Amino acid sequence: MKFFRLVLAQLLRKKVRTTLTIGSFTVALFLYGLLVTIRGAFSGGADVAGVDRLTVINKTSLIMPLPFSYRDRILRVLGVSGVTYATWFGGVYQDEKNFFPQFGVDKDTWFDVYAEYVLPKDQREAFLRDRQACLVGKSLAKRFGFKVGDRLPLRGTIWPGAWEFNVAGIYEGNRPEVDTTGLLFRFDYLEERRQFGKGTVGWYVVRLANPDDAVKVTRTIDEGFANSPFETLTQTEKAFATAFAKQMGNIEFLVMTIGSVVFFTLLLVTGNTMAIAVRERTGELAVLKTVGFSGPGVLALILAEAVLIAGQGGLIGLGLAKLFTLGGDPTRGLLGTFYLSWGSLGLGFMLALGVGAVAGILPAVAAMRLRVADALRRV
Amino acid sequence: MVRVDGKGNGDSLIQVRDLDKKYQRGSEEIDVLQGLNLDVDKGDFVAFMGPSGSGKTTLLNLLGGLDLPSAGSITVAGDEITHMSASKLTAWRARHVGFIFQMYNLIPVLTAFGNVELPLLLTRLSKADRRRHVEAVLGVVALSDRLDHYPRQLSGGQEQRVAIARAIVADPTFLLCDEPTGDLDRKSAEEIMDLIDRLVHEHGKTVLMVTHDPRAAERAHAVLHLDKGVLVEGAGGGA
Repeated sequence: MKFFRLVLAQLLRKKVRTTLTIGSFTVALFLYGLLVTIRGAFSGGADVAGVDRLTVINKTSLIMPLPFSYRDRILRVLGVSGVTYATWFGGVYQDEKNFFPQFGVDKDTWFDVYAEYVLPKDQREAFLRDRQACLVGKSLAKRFGFKVGDRLPLRGTIWPGAWEFNVAGIYEGNRPEVDTTGLLFRFDYLEERRQFGKGTVGWYVVRLANPDDAVKVTRTIDEGFANSPFETLTQTEKAFATAFAKQMGNIEFLVMTIGSVVFFTLLLVTGNTMAIAVRERTGELAVLKTVGFSGPGVLALILAEAVLIAGQGGLIGLGLAKLFTLGGDPTRGLLGTFYLSWGSLGLGFMLALGVGAVAGILPAVAAMRLRVADALRRV
Repeated sequence: MVRVDGKGNGDSLIQVRDLDKKYQRGSEEIDVLQGLNLDVDKGDFVAFMGPSGSGKTTLLNLLGGLDLPSAGSITVAGDEITHMSASKLTAWRARHVGFIFQMYNLIPVLTAFGNVELPLLLTRLSKADRRRHVEAVLGVVALSDRLDHYPRQLSGGQEQRVAIARAIVADPTFLLCDEPTGDLDRKSAEEIMDLIDRLVHEHGKTVLMVTHDPRAAERAHAVLHLDKGVLVEGAGGGA
């Protein structure tokens, strides 16, 4: 702590330069925050996927259905403690640009398997009572101003016609990362009205009694339906969500590439700044060593400066990013989730400190190795 | 008693024996110091004079453990410093040596207090004790009213007094002064030499000073001339 004043004094020596370097970190970490949030929005399903859930889809393609009869057979597999199912609806609300996902789900089992969805008891009961009932996610409700009791019309695209639903409830997530941009309605209503595809579902979701049994259960299910007209592909929910996200392009790769370029540039900028800072006070560093500061001590002082700059810039940048994301999804609900988690913030802060330390290490080593007699001769 | 014949009785505070220092400049080897001997007792005030390039500053750097000799030995208060590791030498320097430079070499972003406090940051003194020490030595150099001034707010003479305060605050065994009046006007130079005189005579400090200024050299107990890397005893100083 007694050396902190020394480090701080050095940082305040060139206020403009220090401010600009901190500014570089601020911008970079703000960008990091947004990139991580966007990545999370596209792969949010993967990040919040239950470790105890498997997804069973048609081996040919996700858009190919599976027989309804599979449900009971899957339920009988050892290690399976619950099964639910869903079907993609693909309806249009007023205009195609108002896209949001809609699923026909099993009213009795959906919420048993997806415990992360939180719904008031009376609304769940209302959902069970009314065949035309639907539940909208909190984000979706906010986006379009839906309220309980509203009549919600959709134009069917896969199953044409005008479909009408009654908003029976608004579900929330038990944590911020849970996607609440969708609409859930009763599968039995879909089954009753649709002209084709009867007796099939889009996919099954399996709850495991023990997550450690995932591999065994996966193999048992797929082997059970092998060589049938509807072979299955069973995978963990995380793998399923990741594959689904990749249909939109490799967002993760894009984010990583942009992020890496930003951080590498930041490394060069900060490294250059620290090198200049060290070079222009060679004499002072020599004086520090003259009065008894050791080589590693001088190294620590220079590193502390670099890390302090990085830490300040990182905190400001991440703080701004957090504030920005708290303002809500800028696409007004198109993104599944728009949430910058504390974990990502922590990782970002550590990254900032790491870049600061790496940027400072070369100048710091140069300062550590400085020969006092030579340096004093140059003063 | 200062001797340059290498025949001291072994009780001297500083003993230099057969000291050589060579520099390599390209393919050329330059002998800066050759077979130099020196004995300095506690409380002595020694001035080194000589033409530029005669090796005065090199000798001071070697005595202060800032550089290593090519051959020979330097023993200070029983510690042979020529074979110490870099880290031991750094610790030794902090405990035994106070440096005063021609250009003051203060840290511009620290106040007078902060500059003087620097050597004490490496000790285990509490904040309150550090403050007490710093205020005391700034009192010795008559700068008690300039504690919070930055170097740019001080005159050259005041800056050098801050540098002297920094050199003595940790109560080193001896002081090394490299042209302490070289950048000062006559009046300030006299003040600085008065101060160094007081450190020697009132506080019993041992001082080794490089200077070009005969008036400054007059204050020393002994004036030694360096010529072609060899020390030659000159006319006695003021003591």
